[in-house]
Amino acid sequence: MAVGKEIKTQIASIGSTRKITSAMEMVAASKMRKAQDRMQSSRPYARSIRGVIQHLAKSNPEYKHLYLQEREVKRVGFIVVSTDRGLCGGLNINAFKAALTEMKANSDKSIEVDVCALGSKAVTFFRNFGGNVVAAKTHLGDAPEVAELIGAVKVMLDAYDEGKLDRVYIVSNEFVNTMTQKPVVEQVLPLKAEDDDERLNHHWDYIYEPEAKELLNGLLVRYVESLVYQAVVENNACEQAARMLAMKNATDNAGNLIDELQMVYNKARQAAITQEISEIVGGAAAV
Amino acid sequence: MAMTVHCDIVSAEEEIFSGLIEFVSVTGSLGDLGIYPGHAPLLTELKPGPVELRKQGGEQDIFYVSGGFFEVQPHKISILADTALRAKDLSEAAAQEAQKHAEQAMADKSSELDYSRAAAQLAEATAQLRTLQQIRKKLGR
Repeated sequence: MAVGKEIKTQIASIGSTRKITSAMEMVAASKMRKAQDRMQSSRPYARSIRGVIQHLAKSNPEYKHLYLQEREVKRVGFIVVSTDRGLCGGLNINAFKAALTEMKANSDKSIEVDVCALGSKAVTFFRNFGGNVVAAKTHLGDAPEVAELIGAVKVMLDAYDEGKLDRVYIVSNEFVNTMTQKPVVEQVLPLKAEDDDERLNHHWDYIYEPEAKELLNGLLVRYVESLVYQAVVENNACEQAARMLAMKNATDNAGNLIDELQMVYNKARQAAITQEISEIVGGAAAV
Repeated sequence: MAMTVHCDIVSAEEEIFSGLIEFVSVTGSLGDLGIYPGHAPLLTELKPGPVELRKQGGEQDIFYVSGGFFEVQPHKISILADTALRAKDLSEAAAQEAQKHAEQAMADKSSELDYSRAAAQLAEATAQLRTLQQIRKKLGR
């Protein structure tokens, strides 16, 4: 029967799409668990080093490291963390939007903007958008390593050291829970004191062993690395969660679509049969 | 009761220890340091070596760190280790093996060799052995 041939084909094609999306959902779900573990396990270090840096920012050191000095802002750098692959809902776009708002606020004050893009989505986006991409790193994989990130981050740090950049931000997604990911823009350099610990509100300085300069160089570079690493790992968990959700929605939608099409098909078939019968009856009556 | 201070030991991979302690000793870059609660703020680099804790109540615990940073505040002590191990996870045989291997690599002048890397490996293996000896002495194991 020729009725609804197109509909039949369409149902079959949506059916196979649904299979793919549900497979992707399951893959994302299992990857998310691993990514979450990775995020959780590196969190204590990130939290502790952040605590130390906060203390440091509150101290009154005799040697003021470059990273602790505020200077007049002429050019800022953004480290934008994104995914390598698509099909993860609005995850990347939300982060890019947050970045763009911040960038616009800067460019309105005629401050220039450099971008360091991590992940191929950010690279493509900022190349097309016309951002000044100074460093890029893609294909970090599911288990990114600090060593892979250092190269791209070093470009930003060197630019900061040389005074080409006066401020560095990092843009990434924060993993709130499986359903929610929140884009955040955080200032990396110079370090900002946020901790309102009463006990530190007096004039004090560390005892440094060995010398302050050497020690702080090591510590601060480590801090930035840890910050970027944490952002990348967290973004990875976000990616998997967002993809899982997007694929779940896609699977559900495909199911609804198939139901609707099946209904249309059945109706068309029924109509064709009814028509045929009435034609036969009409024909018989005419004889 | 003895005074205590909160201490965190974290490595890049995991949190190793978090709790109240009465005393801690570490291997700083300029020598060993022993810290009691209420110490003045101090910041130093760590060399590979043992970290010895006396927890609240007097129980001893020994960890091994392969380097990192050490921060002291009067109310809080943080140890940011590159890698940290619970001392009972250390293997004496593996450490000796690594030490021998590193010594050989350094003695072998003919081969193309990353001298500083071998030296670092040797320092680490020696520090692991030192940690193990310390455990045996202190805990009588």
